Amino acid sequence: MSKERISKDQLHAYVDGQLSAADSMRVAAHLVADTDDQATVDAWRGQKALLHAAYARQLDAPIPHAIAARLKAQHHTPFRRAAIAAAWIALGIGIGIISDRQLAPPPSDTTLALSSLPQRAAVAHAVFTPEVRHPVEVGADQEAHLTAWLSKRLGHALRVPQLAAEGFHLVGGRLIAAENGPGALLMYEDGGGRRLTLYVCADKQDSGATAFRFAHQDGVSTFYWIDGRQAYALSGKLPRDALLPIASTVYRQLNGDG
Amino acid sequence: MPAEHAILAEIPRLRRYARALTGNDTDADDLLQDTLERALGKWLLWRPGNLRAWLLTMMHHVFLNQLRSRPALVPLDDDAPAIPVRPQQQDELEVRDLDRALACLLPDQREVLLLVGLEELSYADTARILGIPQGTVMSRLSRAREKLRAILAGEDRPVHLKVVK
Repeated sequence: MSKERISKDQLHAYVDGQLSAADSMRVAAHLVADTDDQATVDAWRGQKALLHAAYARQLDAPIPHAIAARLKAQHHTPFRRAAIAAAWIALGIGIGIISDRQLAPPPSDTTLALSSLPQRAAVAHAVFTPEVRHPVEVGADQEAHLTAWLSKRLGHALRVPQLAAEGFHLVGGRLIAAENGPGALLMYEDGGGRRLTLYVCADKQDSGATAFRFAHQDGVSTFYWIDGRQAYALSGKLPRDALLPIASTVYRQLNGDG
Repeated sequence: MPAEHAILAEIPRLRRYARALTGNDTDADDLLQDTLERALGKWLLWRPGNLRAWLLTMMHHVFLNQLRSRPALVPLDDDAPAIPVRPQQQDELEVRDLDRALACLLPDQREVLLLVGLEELSYADTARILGIPQGTVMSRLSRAREKLRAILAGEDRPVHLKVVK
């Protein structure tokens, strides 16, 4: 009988069903002649059978209460927060929104895109700021790359405001899905770990320029405005009076006189 | 919530793998729970694709972290006292035999052995999950299977189980 050369790796692949049909037949033919290799294959198959038999019980075991509860009550996970925020928007019953509308009712020329801007910005803020390890995709240490990348995706030259004078430093930024296409989210942090986010996206309605507007929901304050073809929203868990000077600085810097 | 249902469906298999990897229920559930925390925290980064492979990758990283932060378990030597086990717990006895045999493998060999032998993943998927070249998967698999074979054949005896009548 011909003694074909079969490697160890091929024997493993044979046992694991990862050979082509032709190769598998070649190995099977080899095993008829090679009792040592046949014994090896039998032993490995036995190991697999043993593993499956020993741990099969785990497949039918009830899911531990702690784990099921953790999955069902994701109070601390980003998508839970996003879901809560989205539910608030859908229902439109946020007391904060109502009171803020009373303080600063949106003018009648408000487009749909503009009216949803603060909500979208607040959701992005709520989703990304709790991230400890991965709050941003590109960090401030690569600011030139961050600016170039986001500018390319947004289709306009993005300016990254510097807020050191306000006590906040840039953490970095990420690409996000905005209403009509790509958007950017820049994140800032102060010495106390408080985070601000600047949401930037294209304004497809081309609303021109608008004044500063303010919204507040779920503890997140947002100043938002449209300038040219870009919409901006600065969000943070700060009182309105604390956020306003920072928003003014951002606005001035974006307009080149900061 | 789609995330909850999709992840929930993967839990039995993840749990089986965690149990075989850690050798006991407590550590397995710790590993599973930490893995789920990590997965939920990163859920927004998940791109539609192979959810099981994504979760197993998370579990691999959590497992490595736990290995680093915990004192290494040293396999019992030949003088270790036998653990009495009643004969009616035959199933349990077999599982514990296997647990002890697996505990004698290096953790990185154990991962490969289980991903291939228990989870029935392809060598390519195993390599991706563990972040190693496929050649390394093959060499670890080979060492793990040879060592396990020797243990189960009684040539290398880590198992000290005594049936108490």
